[in-house]
Amino acid sequence: MEVRTKADLEKMKEKGLKSLYPNKTKISVGMATCGLSTGAGKVYETIQKEIEKSKLPIQLSQTGCIGFCQREPVVDIFEPGKPRVFYQGVTPERSVELVHQWLDNRVVEDLLLCKMEGEDWVVEGKVKDYSVQHIPAGIDGTPHYHQVPFYSKQLKIALRNCGFINPDHIEEYVAKGGYFSLYKALFEMKPEEIIEEVKRSGLRGRGGAGFPTGSKWESCRKSKADRKFILCNADEGDPGAYMDRSVLEGDPHSVIEGMIIGAYAIGAHEGFIYVRDEYPLAIQKLRIALHEAEKAGLLGENILGSGFSLKINLFRGGGAFVCGESTALMASIEGNVGEPRAKHIHTTESGLWDLPSNLNNVETWNNIPIIISRGADWYSRIGTEGSKGTKVFSIVGKVNNTGLVEVPMGITLREIVYDVGGGIPEGKKFKAVQTGGPSGGCIPERLLDLPVDFDRLTEVGSMMGSGGMIVMDESTCMVDVAKYFMGFLKEESCGKCTSCREGTKRMYEILTEITEGRGTMDHLDLLEELGWVTAEASLCQLGGTAPNPVLSTIRYFREEYQEHILNKRCPAKVCRALLRYQILSNVCTSCGRCAKVCPAEAITGKQKTKKEKGKPFKINIEKCIKCGMCFEACKFKAIEVE
Amino acid sequence: MIPFVIDGQPVEGKEGGNVLEVALDAGFDIPRLCYHESVKPYGACRLCLVEVVRRGRARMTTACTYPVLEGIEVLTRTEKVLRARRIMIELILAMCPGDKLIQDMAREMGVQQVRFKQEEKDCILCGLCGRVCEEVVGANAIQFAFRGDRREMIPPFQGEAMSCIACGACVVICPVNVIKMKEEGDERTIIRWKRTLKMKQCKVCGNYFAPLFQLEKFKEQAKLPKDFFDVCYTCRS
Repeated sequence: MEVRTKADLEKMKEKGLKSLYPNKTKISVGMATCGLSTGAGKVYETIQKEIEKSKLPIQLSQTGCIGFCQREPVVDIFEPGKPRVFYQGVTPERSVELVHQWLDNRVVEDLLLCKMEGEDWVVEGKVKDYSVQHIPAGIDGTPHYHQVPFYSKQLKIALRNCGFINPDHIEEYVAKGGYFSLYKALFEMKPEEIIEEVKRSGLRGRGGAGFPTGSKWESCRKSKADRKFILCNADEGDPGAYMDRSVLEGDPHSVIEGMIIGAYAIGAHEGFIYVRDEYPLAIQKLRIALHEAEKAGLLGENILGSGFSLKINLFRGGGAFVCGESTALMASIEGNVGEPRAKHIHTTESGLWDLPSNLNNVETWNNIPIIISRGADWYSRIGTEGSKGTKVFSIVGKVNNTGLVEVPMGITLREIVYDVGGGIPEGKKFKAVQTGGPSGGCIPERLLDLPVDFDRLTEVGSMMGSGGMIVMDESTCMVDVAKYFMGFLKEESCGKCTSCREGTKRMYEILTEITEGRGTMDHLDLLEELGWVTAEASLCQLGGTAPNPVLSTIRYFREEYQEHILNKRCPAKVCRALLRYQILSNVCTSCGRCAKVCPAEAITGKQKTKKEKGKPFKINIEKCIKCGMCFEACKFKAIEVE
Repeated sequence: MIPFVIDGQPVEGKEGGNVLEVALDAGFDIPRLCYHESVKPYGACRLCLVEVVRRGRARMTTACTYPVLEGIEVLTRTEKVLRARRIMIELILAMCPGDKLIQDMAREMGVQQVRFKQEEKDCILCGLCGRVCEEVVGANAIQFAFRGDRREMIPPFQGEAMSCIACGACVVICPVNVIKMKEEGDERTIIRWKRTLKMKQCKVCGNYFAPLFQLEKFKEQAKLPKDFFDVCYTCRS
């Protein structure tokens, strides 16, 4: 259907509401990448077949990620008058069970994640009450959504629709208030007023640098040119980070709506979404969404009859980390090698094809519709003095709950790691958390009460980055961590600047020396010197931030470096070359398992037999290749690692 | 002309120009490897680092990529700048320890020893050859390939540079002289780009004076008569 008036939009909303909240049971399967990788596709098929086979009165739908990636596949069931329930870890076999149990007015308790009696409609600032009257049997002990520790401290603004709507259905996005902000922007606001609103909201770029979004728009609007571009950075390249992917897979229209509003505000009629090719599902969802929006007249020529036109193209990136840098991204769209250039003249003046270009990240665009609908005053009440709103993090590593979390700025790292993340598994001790992707810094335990915002993270030698968060426990070696990230960055540096190309390579080389027992104290000074020059002398922010993992680990874990260098010991027992295996003769039972598995034939002894007592086994240090096979094989904990 | 200051001395630069060209014209000694006045500034070698004070804030940047702006103050010899340049040339020397020019520059800039493992590369990755080929010659025969430490200036797919006209501009512009050209009989070869072209013989003196492929290209580009290059430059003048 084509939308020409507000009444048309309301009509589309009605249609979407019927699809979101039908008058019968509706089952939604979380089918973002995280769901699919754990078998959500099979779950969906199984339920679909069962519905057809048994002619069940059920509407089946698919949705994006509700954040708890670790518990996928997640399946939720909605039925008018009943609480909505979310199941976790659903297998194809058990999916049939929970469908039939539901129809018998029961829940499958051991699979329940949580229940919900109302849903936040953030865009409209309302709560959609499910008007619960019937309680299925067995549900009493299940926590409410907001009582689940993983969700209780979260505030979902950017992820408002992820896991709740079918991303392929534009009506469902509209049902939750989507494209009403666009209508408001086009017909009730002047471009300058939109920019003013975004400025007042305090929104800062979510791609990492944290530049004030409104100011960027303003300078792009002021740039005089016949053509301008609006760009979306979806080249999420940080290892372990998937915030943007989840938004694109679960709620692509929020990004498109944000871009249209932005384009109208700065006066651009052409746009690109630069998305990495490794995100096939996000690309597919974006394609569908762009097509649906165009078909509805919400994108393309004469949007909503306002006279404003915008064409958005999809551009697939080839997988270079550096192409997430603004000027490299633009070079890549132009068809050139993705290499950054100096930007003393801002890209808002001279960007893509030397024309004014406004680039924002997925999450930034996604925040725009909500700022327009709820207003800057509401938005700026969330967060801290210098960082407003919420931030999505992908929390991974040595933490109980891994997944996608959205928290208000100013929350402490401790709350994220221990409350949302559920603490460290296996009773181990927390050691550090790395924020900001590969070029972020490692923050130690004593700084865990640090409020998370752009400025505070920078102060302690890390950064917000795009929102990757890696938790490390005591079994992590910080020198090894620094080496790992330097290995990544030296490969991903475009190689243009001497400082970045050679600096990262040499830091990696020195870290390798240290982890292999050839480190000297001079190496520490050299690392600091290289770190300084790489950050200070490089052209773009890849080099500018690359030394963070090295400098922050030296700053907070200097003793660990010294142990490696002076005592040739790796306290976390990670650096293989520094490990020493030995067999405790008083514990050894002479079973001989260790000698059997040793690939280097470094273990000798006399195996016990039924008749004879054996002699304890011994490891020949000269021959030992430190593979750890004996350690794994010993059933009596007779092998010690130093 | 736009006025600004370098090391306390008032200078002027044209709009759209860069700080390095103004500084060099005014006689300041700033080391550089990837800069050449015939191509656009690139900012790869990071040797022409200076500090620029603008609106009260100082930052280190390369002079070649910094635009001429009114009222800026450029500092070319602060301790910070000299230290950064010194590490930069040390890093380049560790990469190409055999390059004579790099050895000399490193010595001049006070590098006494190289603290890194020495490699055996010859190319300093300044990119001048590729840029002159693209911007001046228009042949686009070579380009940077690969990322990070594996970065390399190569012809397409590391084969013969099929659009190279063997003009030798890259040979001339290379600051460390690692692109060699040889002429034998009726052939000219740019060794690094694996490109060998037959030469044209002058109708007057009988000398081989330029690659046929190059002359054909020039005739086509400038719409010259068919026999325009039958006689060599020397015999013609």
